[in-house]
Amino acid sequence: MPLAIVPDDSSRSRPPTQAPLTNTKYEVEFVAVGRAFASERRRHGAPVSGHLVVRDISLSIAPGEVVAILGASGCGKSTLLRIAAGLDSPSAGVVRIDGSPVAGVDARCAVAFQEPRLLPWRTLAGNVGLGLPRESRRQDAALRVAELLDLVELTAFANHRPREVSGGMAQRTSLARALARNPGVLLLDEPFGSLDALTRLKMQDLLLDVHAAAPTTVLLVTHDVDEALQLADRVVLLGTEPGREGATIREVLGVPGQRPRDRGSAELAELRATLLAGLGIDRHTH
Amino acid sequence: MTDRTAPARARVLAAMPLTRRRAVETRRRPLIPRRLVRIVGGAALPFAILAAWQLTTSLRLFTIAQLPSPWMVLGAGVELIQRGLLGQYVAISSQRVLVGFAVGASLGLALGATTGLARAWDVFFGSTLGAIRAVPSLAWVPLLILWLKIGEESKITLIAIGAFFPVYTTVSAALRHVDRQLVEAGRAFGLHGARLFTTVQLPAVLPSVISGLRLALAQSWLFLVAAELIASSTGLGFLLVDSQNNGRVDRILLAIILLAVLGKTTDALLGVFEKWAIRRWT
Repeated sequence: MPLAIVPDDSSRSRPPTQAPLTNTKYEVEFVAVGRAFASERRRHGAPVSGHLVVRDISLSIAPGEVVAILGASGCGKSTLLRIAAGLDSPSAGVVRIDGSPVAGVDARCAVAFQEPRLLPWRTLAGNVGLGLPRESRRQDAALRVAELLDLVELTAFANHRPREVSGGMAQRTSLARALARNPGVLLLDEPFGSLDALTRLKMQDLLLDVHAAAPTTVLLVTHDVDEALQLADRVVLLGTEPGREGATIREVLGVPGQRPRDRGSAELAELRATLLAGLGIDRHTH
Repeated sequence: MTDRTAPARARVLAAMPLTRRRAVETRRRPLIPRRLVRIVGGAALPFAILAAWQLTTSLRLFTIAQLPSPWMVLGAGVELIQRGLLGQYVAISSQRVLVGFAVGASLGLALGATTGLARAWDVFFGSTLGAIRAVPSLAWVPLLILWLKIGEESKITLIAIGAFFPVYTTVSAALRHVDRQLVEAGRAFGLHGARLFTTVQLPAVLPSVISGLRLALAQSWLFLVAAELIASSTGLGFLLVDSQNNGRVDRILLAIILLAVLGKTTDALLGVFEKWAIRRWT
């Protein structure tokens, strides 16, 4: 994988292809967003009554910015993402993309889920094609799919079915499918969470590569502190305040340095410790 | 695979996890010996039964009125063919099954899809259809005869009722259990309504639909005989009643064997289709 990543958004890390990858970038704004689930809804297998998952989320994400939402499991990270995608609607507040509120599944967003969620009866190319905007013409579509498969380095596997490839390859296909939408906002729900550690690092680099080639606004949900520090411009820490129901923003931290960042830098190590402490993990300094 | 050359294949295989690689490799092995085993093995019991049958009749363990020899059954068949009756019976019975099956299965598909996709329709139809399903097939016969007379309509209706329920139940249940995550992914990429159905839900349930069709076809033959036994002047069921009245055990056996062969053949055809569908859509 050519990893000569240029940190500047405007420059390219790869030679330009015939039809250049261009993305729109939109501003995303959460305004006092809250979400409660009714009593009959079950989350994580346990019935809960009128459970408030997130509350008072106000956050503004600049066009082209990469923001990581970090939090312990079950704190409503994915709920926020699903609300931004229009797959769920908030009980309070509103999400605006490029100034207009999200209502229903939003064509300006593309989602890559925690699981690849590929259609098992379609080839990888066919699955990427699912992400294309509906108005795209057949010939352009084939070109675009080929280009995206090339970007995630799966050209040789274009005609394989999802069950014939590894988990990492399936997840890459899922990312390519999301990119096929030419999204103004790319929503990533722990997209690398189910991958092994090494594949995860490679995927993170690939994501940076893609972002450099075709900048877009990225909202990334993760529980991996290192992943957040490696990828994001800002990290939003979600958590509950003692004695109050529902998670909210505890901290917003800007991550210093240009990407790709040195995974071992001391500055990041300090930030990592702060974030882990925010997640309730003991630092073990003696 | 776009590239089918040996090195490319090896590279592709090497990139796969080991278990998957093994599955691909075994799939490529020629299947002829295994298929031969299936055919020979499957034919062994029918031939054994035929031999035993021949033996008991040659030893005169039963009277001819009780159990005629296989040759006499064959002879009865030849005779009926020569009189032009057997071909007609088989044709009319097959036609009834196919038409009834087509009608019942289509209705089952439509209603199964409706109830499987929308909870409200499931609530609305579910209990009523469950109750209708509980009615034994023969209970319909008197009503159908009075309403539709002893024509083709009454028989086809009965067969359609028989074919409807297996398709309705399997389609409805399968649609309710389509992977929610896949459906959500489809929605996230802008699919809804008919397009979501044809892109995600229908392909996902296709293997279950076909196994439902298989059950429905078996049920159709069952209901055909029920219909023809009671009121008909032609068909394999009629051959059974007519032969019972005339004491022609050879013809009864002939009709039973023909029903077995016809049912098994149509089922095998759908079975091939089902296998293909499972390979293609899962």
